[in-house]
Amino acid sequence: MAARAGSVTRRVALTGGLAAGVILLLVIGSIVAVAFRAEGWSGLKPSDWAALRFTVMQAVLSSVISVGLAIPVARALARRQFRGRSALITLLGAPFILPVIVAVFGLLAVFGRSGIASQALGWLGLPPLSIFGLHGVVLAHVFFNLPLAVRLILQGWMTVPAERFRLAASLGFGARDVARHIEWPVLREVVPGALMAVFLICTTSFAVALTLGGGPRATTIELAIYQAFRFDFDLSRAALLALLQVAVSGTAALIALRIARPAGQGGGLDRVSQRWDAATSAAKATDAALLTTVALFLLMPLLIIVLRGVPGLFNLPAPVFAAAGRSVLVALVSTALTIALALPLAALAYGMRARGGKVVEGLGYLTIAASPLVIGTGLFIVLFPFANPVALALPVTALVNAAMALPFALRVLAPALAGVEEGYGRLADSLRLTGLARLRLLWLPRLRRPLGFAAGLAAALSMGDLGVVALFADPEGATLPLVMYRLMAAYRTEDAAAAALLLLMLSLLAFWVFDRGGRMDADA
Amino acid sequence: MRYLFLAAGLLAATPAFAQDKPTLTVMTYDSFVSDWGPGPAVEAAFEETCGCDLKFVGSGDGAALLARIRLEGARSEADVVLGLDTNLTAAAVDTGLFAPHGITPEGLSLPITWDDPVFLPFDWGYFAFVHDTTKLATPPADFRALGASDVSIIIQDPRSSTPGLGLLMWVKTVYGDDAPAIWEALSDNIVTVTKGWSEAYGLFLEGEADMVLSYTTSPAYHRIAEQDDSKAAAEFAEGHYLQIEVAGKLAASDQPELADAFLAFMLTEEFQSAIPTTNWMYPAVTPAAGLPDGFGAPYDGTPLLTPAADAPATRAVALDEWLRALAQ
Repeated sequence: MAARAGSVTRRVALTGGLAAGVILLLVIGSIVAVAFRAEGWSGLKPSDWAALRFTVMQAVLSSVISVGLAIPVARALARRQFRGRSALITLLGAPFILPVIVAVFGLLAVFGRSGIASQALGWLGLPPLSIFGLHGVVLAHVFFNLPLAVRLILQGWMTVPAERFRLAASLGFGARDVARHIEWPVLREVVPGALMAVFLICTTSFAVALTLGGGPRATTIELAIYQAFRFDFDLSRAALLALLQVAVSGTAALIALRIARPAGQGGGLDRVSQRWDAATSAAKATDAALLTTVALFLLMPLLIIVLRGVPGLFNLPAPVFAAAGRSVLVALVSTALTIALALPLAALAYGMRARGGKVVEGLGYLTIAASPLVIGTGLFIVLFPFANPVALALPVTALVNAAMALPFALRVLAPALAGVEEGYGRLADSLRLTGLARLRLLWLPRLRRPLGFAAGLAAALSMGDLGVVALFADPEGATLPLVMYRLMAAYRTEDAAAAALLLLMLSLLAFWVFDRGGRMDADA
Repeated sequence: MRYLFLAAGLLAATPAFAQDKPTLTVMTYDSFVSDWGPGPAVEAAFEETCGCDLKFVGSGDGAALLARIRLEGARSEADVVLGLDTNLTAAAVDTGLFAPHGITPEGLSLPITWDDPVFLPFDWGYFAFVHDTTKLATPPADFRALGASDVSIIIQDPRSSTPGLGLLMWVKTVYGDDAPAIWEALSDNIVTVTKGWSEAYGLFLEGEADMVLSYTTSPAYHRIAEQDDSKAAAEFAEGHYLQIEVAGKLAASDQPELADAFLAFMLTEEFQSAIPTTNWMYPAVTPAAGLPDGFGAPYDGTPLLTPAADAPATRAVALDEWLRALAQ
């Protein structure tokens, strides 16, 4: 039984295989369903290749800039302890879980033509900012994804046991030595994954890219899918474009997974790290300036969303609260599903690390690359002959939301699980700790922090995502984001702003509850 | 998965299971069925007389609606489809899924004569650029003046939005082969292109542009609901393009009589009087009491509309021209 290294127990193989099957069915199955429903075949158009080029270019730019900024921010957060640090970490995550349209309006209130920044420039006699164009798309994507990148990298940093820094200090390491011997291996492990995660999110961007891109130059593959589906009703082209999108993302995922190397930090006693190498006042000042700037960049738009939402918050129409209840329910189901998919996949990927484990992990990332429109339509085509898709709108939304959150959960859980197995796997094997006992006694306690973070992300993402519910909801089945859109469509700007604030609060609360649950011991 | 089924059970337990009355299913766009749209009032009024259960199913916007009908085909549960516009009706007829309505509508207040045997209009409006009179006192008088000015505009993408498509048809109808030149002149006025109407209008209210593509009826909302007189729709000398929203019954309906009854009801006072202040469009039949105060008289210049049968060919050409002019 103690045979290790590449052995996969039956239970891991079964549950992991099942999870992988569900994902494949959702991503590839929906494309196949759409393709099957097509009337005749057509190829891609020249404009589709232009869409591919733009998609990849903006995604590369957005991910490189987001992660490039995230590294120093995560380092500053990792090596400083200050009042409100934990609240700041939670708040910094907010942009990522905001519904796209809310975040765009928040950004515009700061960087738009009538935004705060433009007004400030006006006082100095300078022309207002123009946010529309490629730089606007990248700015918005950085706003959305910098928090995610920071958290993913920070998560990696926190896996370094405090004892290693203690040892480094006793060996007289300076900042450069620490960077080389401790921080570089951590970055080598987490940065490729963070780059990939941000890249993948940006490849399916549609509303942000179009709205801030300034016109049809900023056509992404997802918009081309919309056109094929809605304008031309050319399902074969929609399916082809969806495959193209999956191929781009799959390639990116495989590249990132090849580059990533486990850091193997070893075990520790979970003490709070003390950083003697970063105690210089120059380092302190840099970190403080950095954190302040990033906090301003991320929190100003949020503050404006809050200020605009407050006036309408207390007389929101009743349907908004009913929708909020449905959103919470969907988020809870979706969170449970996300974890139920992510943990077995992470275990299977680790178990098969010698042969093909990366492919298993890569599978889990596919869902973010899948077009929500194609998944929704595919599910619709599959469900329609058997059941009324409208009655299933909310469960289907929960499932699709879970699939969309899976890559992030996996990104957090897979390296953490690998770390736990590297550090404690031999001990657990020698104690014959397998199956559920291993889950209960080793994985759950050791993975509390990443599990909480992953669940928080899943819950908040589900809460904020318009998702497939928009494709087939009945009047009584609307979720909060959908109701917010309905308010906007009915000119009710103030109510929509209040609904956006409610959404922001619920998303943050969901994230905070789970994340806090996982970090209970972090500062003990 | 257990949770999924549990949730499915909980959530599917809607009143639809009270099955002693026949159910008429009307598929429409999402903002029609919302609590702030005409849906609730229409449902209550129709159920009073029909002895049936009227069920609305929402699906995105007008363009999404047609795609949905094509996906569902003849097996659709829907009996009536409400919310297509005349740019889409020819494609809808081509699916062979719709049946003639057999009604001779009377007292229509459309600016054009209506003779479509398959679809009946329920409301209409003119596309127009809306602006804030306190910020832009004299808007451009036509597309050429707009293109030559430095007035900034926000429009919707014709590939994902019906107003966006309407603008495309507007320019094409007026300028024909000169349309590409007009778009090139407009390209530096266009601040951005959004996915749908809500985003564009929101950006305009944020002050991101001087004008936004919307409807001549948009200022009425601000006057009536917000007592705000500052929004106005600019009148263009070329005339304004019409959007006529229509409904039709599906040939495969299992409630053809109820569907007919609904289409007839659609042109009565009860339905039509709900339209102005929920859908913010002109009703197809002006209610006896007239339009609400603050609505103003409809624009009375030249109505423009591509005949429904020509719309598919025109929109394909117009989209190519639009993409070429703006993608440079």
